[in-house]
Amino acid sequence: MALHHFRIWRGDGDGGALADFDVEVNEGEVVLDVIHRLQATQAPDLAVRWNCKAGKCGSCSMEINGKPRLGCMTRMSTFDPAETITITPLRTFPVIRDLVTDVSYNYQKARELPAFAPPPGLAPGEYRMKQVDVDRSQEFRKCIECYLCQNTCHVVRDHEENKPAFAGPRFFIRAAELDMHPLDARTDRKEFAKEEQGLGYCNITKCCTEVCPEHIHITDNAIIPMKERVVDNRYDPLVWLGRKIFRRDQLAAASVPGPGAAPTLDQDGRMPVREATFDKAGAASPFGEDVKFPLPTDEIDYQPHQPIDPGSEKH
Amino acid sequence: MTENVERHRYDVVVIGAGGAGLRAAIEARLAGKRTAIISKSLFGKAHTVMAEGGAAAAMGNVNPNDNWMVHFRDTMRGGKFLNNFRMAELHAKEAPARVWELETYGALFDRTKDGKISQRNFGGHEYPRLAHVGDRTGLELIRTLQQKVVSLQQEDKAEYGDYEARIRVFAETTITELLLTDGKIAGAVGYTRESGKLLLFEAPAIVLATGGVGKSYKVTSNSWEYTGDGHALALRAGATLINMEFLQFHPTGMVWPPSVRGILVTESVRGDGGVLRNTDGKRFMFDYVPDVFRHQYAETEAEADRWYTDQANNRRPPELLPRDEVARAINAEVKAGRGTPAGGVYLDVSSRLPADVILKKLPSMYHQFKELADVDITKQPMEVGPTCHYVMGGVEVDADTAATSVPGLFAAGEVSGGMHGSNRLGGNSLSDLLVFGKRAGEYAAKYTDALGEARPEVRKSDVDAAIETTLAPLTRAQAGVGENPYDVWHDLQSVMQDLVGIIRRKHELEEAIKTLAELRPRVASVQAGGTSRRFNPGWHLALDLRNMLVVSECTAKAALEREESRGGHTREDFPAMDPKWRQINLVCSLEGGEVKLTRKPVPTMRRDLLELFDKSELKKYMTPEELADLSTKE
Repeated sequence: MALHHFRIWRGDGDGGALADFDVEVNEGEVVLDVIHRLQATQAPDLAVRWNCKAGKCGSCSMEINGKPRLGCMTRMSTFDPAETITITPLRTFPVIRDLVTDVSYNYQKARELPAFAPPPGLAPGEYRMKQVDVDRSQEFRKCIECYLCQNTCHVVRDHEENKPAFAGPRFFIRAAELDMHPLDARTDRKEFAKEEQGLGYCNITKCCTEVCPEHIHITDNAIIPMKERVVDNRYDPLVWLGRKIFRRDQLAAASVPGPGAAPTLDQDGRMPVREATFDKAGAASPFGEDVKFPLPTDEIDYQPHQPIDPGSEKH
Repeated sequence: MTENVERHRYDVVVIGAGGAGLRAAIEARLAGKRTAIISKSLFGKAHTVMAEGGAAAAMGNVNPNDNWMVHFRDTMRGGKFLNNFRMAELHAKEAPARVWELETYGALFDRTKDGKISQRNFGGHEYPRLAHVGDRTGLELIRTLQQKVVSLQQEDKAEYGDYEARIRVFAETTITELLLTDGKIAGAVGYTRESGKLLLFEAPAIVLATGGVGKSYKVTSNSWEYTGDGHALALRAGATLINMEFLQFHPTGMVWPPSVRGILVTESVRGDGGVLRNTDGKRFMFDYVPDVFRHQYAETEAEADRWYTDQANNRRPPELLPRDEVARAINAEVKAGRGTPAGGVYLDVSSRLPADVILKKLPSMYHQFKELADVDITKQPMEVGPTCHYVMGGVEVDADTAATSVPGLFAAGEVSGGMHGSNRLGGNSLSDLLVFGKRAGEYAAKYTDALGEARPEVRKSDVDAAIETTLAPLTRAQAGVGENPYDVWHDLQSVMQDLVGIIRRKHELEEAIKTLAELRPRVASVQAGGTSRRFNPGWHLALDLRNMLVVSECTAKAALEREESRGGHTREDFPAMDPKWRQINLVCSLEGGEVKLTRKPVPTMRRDLLELFDKSELKKYMTPEELADLSTKE
């Protein structure tokens, strides 16, 4: 048993500050255990979300020494006992209280993505799919909706103005999952990702993949293939004809404005090659190119911010 | 009362957003009812995500000999014949359709070679029966149902311009009291965690789908939500609970590291070849095969090992005995001094399967152990022991309609009782919540139809009383009186863990009942540990505590009353199963704030169902009189 020093952000939308705690840590514990001990012994009203405490439900997302992580999956043995551990709420979403943030943005984006369309003419029990054909979509269905990818994505981290037009990595893998589903009856998943989800904003810095606790290859297996397909389709004559025949609102039901500032295609009608191949082709990581974790203790701080549209849906 | 309350009117309110709740809500909405889903956590986080093994449904995709009758038989055997036979019958008959339906919602199960849903072996199931997705089937289920709810909302958006026109999720909302008028459900009062705002739901039909009670124990695989809310709400509304003495302790929970003590290791580790060894290196399960199972299980390691590749000509390994047998065996080994320092035994798959096969078959297990415990299951054994996992007991319901004895109140999933008898087979809970979730939603909708305009009105005095109860811990915190809820909770957990655990004794149960009674005034006067209403976990715990307490009292009292050992109830002083007790259900009700226990006969199984069993097998469960009666009717 050893005494560790913690700094935990406490407050709400009106403001707050990092509070200092000294707390006992036992062998084999994780950060969430320590927060629970704080609740039981020093701060009964310390707000934190958690459910399964086994890395399966994706509730206890937080920023530990500046890095977005699950509290239940961060072993205390990975820290030096002399090290100060700083915990702040997810920065991309408005804070409710202490470590709990309002993640309704994600639920809103989930609603705007058309659901699985059952194949016509197949009754329940008649679905036949090869394992090899469901493997790809199954990878994306491992997602536990912890929203660490959404929180890390620099398109919306510190850029409230991009939120209305940008669905984020979690919903790009959902789009890819449906696109690659062997029996999904919709054929416009890629179009939708481009036109309505703001796929073009993504410039493949792979931050989302880096923080994914399920190790889903968000960028390589979902975003890049979706981008390539979007390019293919745009210049596929049949799809081009379809685009002429159907109105845009027939192609996609949702009414989000399309991405205004999405990267455009080059003169040859292709997405710049370097964007699809380079490791960090676009903007720097939201943390800066050369940032190493953990961040120095005195560099971590947290300021609550208000969403641009305070009337956005909440449940 | 000056308190501000947000009012909502719905046809059906479903309390609980796990598998049973979501399936019920989908059904109610499909029946055209305005439906509210009350989710204690965020939408999609419910404890269903933790289910790993699969959903049992006799589709016959892997072994064509499987059918509902075989499934029914297995379920009754697992429950030691105490099950509500009608529920077991409906469950076995309807599970395949409920699983296939999920594919039309977008679920992607693992496949057989011919492209059907693959099915895996599991303890207590005669044939490979569990539809699964690796070892994250629960996540697939909850996500599929969540996405189906969203797709219904999209339809409503297209039709009415509002996603929430007919089905709305109230995330991070807890119901604290049900409201009755003239003995019928009229509504419910609760609060939302985000703001601490109070909510009043006016609705003639309420479906309880709140899951289990594990948080009353120290070592449990259950999440914080599992505080017996639905059980307690039902009791306070005048409904009854049955079989509360039967708790399933999953035989293989993690015992190391201590922080994740209780988190379970799926049974498929054993189904796929994992074996249990004590610290002497002995594969001890061969010593613990009870007589009733003797002819179905291998007697030598060689035969057991052949079974994995040739199931037609070999008997199953004893590691696949029903869960209670495995849990008791591990408990006995540890007590005999052949356990690890952390109080467990070894579960080894590393010496049995190549690393790549383990990774393919048990990806989440590998992931979980690697990240949480830094244990590589492809290289070293796991350290496991029993953990409180599932409550078989629950709200007494009508099998066909999921209706409780209170008009307008329905229950489905883990919170309901009867389906699993004294013990649940692995894989039967995911299918249970689909089958009875659907039925609860369907019959709740029909109930509102039958009521027509004659809906009970909520009484203002009831609302005021419910609000006062809900705010009381905060009021005490403001006044600076009352105990810290965490201290009281830990004391409650100690009582249940130490005195009403896996192996029970008369004097310990008596002591537990006495200690729980002493906890009552402490629970009643507990404070929130902070005055804020916004996301204050101390307040939430203070309110959950009274649910945990009353449900624990039911379990302790029923465990003392039942003087036999059966399924999830083991009495050291009554180690045998007694056919006379098979005829008795113990029923809990609340009278003047006190838990009252009564005996009620178990429904007599229909003849056509009885005939599915060998007479020789029925002998193990039935009294001589019952058997004689059977013979005379032949």
